[in-house]
Amino acid sequence: MSELTALTLKAALDGLTSKAFSSEEITRAHVAAVEAARTLNAYVLETPEQAIDMAKASDARRASGDAGPLDGAPLGIKDLFCTKGVRSTAGSKIIGEFTPTYESTVTANLWRDGAVMLGKLNMDEFAMGSSNETSAWGPVVNPWRQTGGNALLTPGGSSGGSATAVAAELCLGATATDTGGSIRQPASFTGTVGIKPTYGRCSRWGIVAFASSLDQAGPMARTVEDAAILLTSMSGHDPKDSTSLPVDTPDFASFVGKSVKGLRVGVPKEYRVDSMPPEIDALWEQGIAWLMEAGCEIVEVSLPHTKYALPAYYIVAPAEASSNLARYDGMRYGLRVEGANLTDTYEKSRAEGFGEEVRRRILIGTYVLSAGYYDAYYLKALKVRRRIADDFDQAFQKVDALLTPTAPSAAFQLGQKSDDPVAMYLNDIFTVTVNLAGLPGMSIPAGLDASGLPLGLQLIGRALDEGTLFSLGGALEKAADFRAKPAKWW
Amino acid sequence: MAIDAATVRKVARLARLAQPEETLEKLAGELNGIMNWIEQLNEVDTDGVEPMTSVVQVPTPMRADVVTEGGDPEVVLSNAPRRAGNFFVVPKVVE
Repeated sequence: MSELTALTLKAALDGLTSKAFSSEEITRAHVAAVEAARTLNAYVLETPEQAIDMAKASDARRASGDAGPLDGAPLGIKDLFCTKGVRSTAGSKIIGEFTPTYESTVTANLWRDGAVMLGKLNMDEFAMGSSNETSAWGPVVNPWRQTGGNALLTPGGSSGGSATAVAAELCLGATATDTGGSIRQPASFTGTVGIKPTYGRCSRWGIVAFASSLDQAGPMARTVEDAAILLTSMSGHDPKDSTSLPVDTPDFASFVGKSVKGLRVGVPKEYRVDSMPPEIDALWEQGIAWLMEAGCEIVEVSLPHTKYALPAYYIVAPAEASSNLARYDGMRYGLRVEGANLTDTYEKSRAEGFGEEVRRRILIGTYVLSAGYYDAYYLKALKVRRRIADDFDQAFQKVDALLTPTAPSAAFQLGQKSDDPVAMYLNDIFTVTVNLAGLPGMSIPAGLDASGLPLGLQLIGRALDEGTLFSLGGALEKAADFRAKPAKWW
Repeated sequence: MAIDAATVRKVARLARLAQPEETLEKLAGELNGIMNWIEQLNEVDTDGVEPMTSVVQVPTPMRADVVTEGGDPEVVLSNAPRRAGNFFVVPKVVE
């Protein structure tokens, strides 16, 4: 039944609607694919029985004529989303065997629309990482390998499990989250489509918090249209998240395939960094040419504070994380390591439960918020953040969207950058600006590098203008005609 | 301003992270590497710039001050590392 796992989400929904196959059939095909791909370490928890039950319920709904927009489609869920009655760990030992008694709003929206859950997807611990190597469950492996090579590559992070599961056809689509690039960089590394919507488009309620002013959920999928279908279901105002925007959700799929003629697309000159491989520069030029052929007007724009986005992010995100992660004290849930007294118990539980990168970021965050340093670091970073957001405001007075590379490299080998935090942070150089400004950003697979690895291009839009991104993304996807798939070796 | 082992010890204490003495020097080196890279923010002129704490321009919504959920101790305690009856068991706070 492997052909059922190779379908796009849209084709699968069409097949379910026309009763070409049942949800139980396509779900069983996926369950088998997931079991056969354990060497990729994409799923930290498989829920086959629940999946089959949900599939049967979906088939019953469809038989009685009340199927929802995603009815019967098997999906993977990043382990950052709390799922009722199903262990949710955020990739961390400190959360232990935590089993939520509630459902995150985003996943509840997917189940409302009929989707089926295959299991929980691996990720960097608390979404802090760009290679999936900080996960307490061990790294996810990218299904892509260099031509003729067998070195294990990272799928990127933090949504590495989501990226691998989508690329290796272990689900029809997946949920993911993006705080500094955690949807878009893995999408670029695995030849998949990922969109981080406008901050506030998806509710953060029930998603384990990393940096609350930056975190945003979004989908990963194999086509632009599939990503649009998923985002439509995931989005919507939620009174339980006070930063959730009280706006209507458009039918994002209706924007895919729309003409992009006359749209003005900006190319920010500051994204031409010295260290960028010539292949990525060439792909960017190709993307510009594709959009020109589709009738877009290309405009050079300036985002002068781009180079300061990453350092500002590495103050803001750890500061918020150190505050958010203060809740893991071993008292009410999760890991507790008994000590001589209360403070000793806190310190031992947290030292034992958090991994190295998370501890490092908690220390940075605590340091920049501590007395005497708050103004010099934290307040300064918030002012630079405003400068970065203002840059985008200026640019969007002249253009409708921006086109940039997604990541400064293709997928790299597991272990290659894990000893150098700053080198790892530089993965997010093109994506992190978007989180700081709260804007939507999408990565679209656009080509392969000389060693046969996928590369993505990023589109950045105005706040709440995901529709334009879906139109432009559809145009790029059509022009790039990216059909390469990883050769199955697992 | 360089971070030394004493600073790491103090910050780790503030963050309630047990940090073995022999790890402090190495960690100080790593944190200095990161903070030195962050220092480039000082190149940016931010005079008169309003700090940006949130990208959301919608005012914080108000809600009615009513109980929406609760009254289910089994749900609340279902993940407790230690419990006794309807209580969490925690280390002694007051001697």
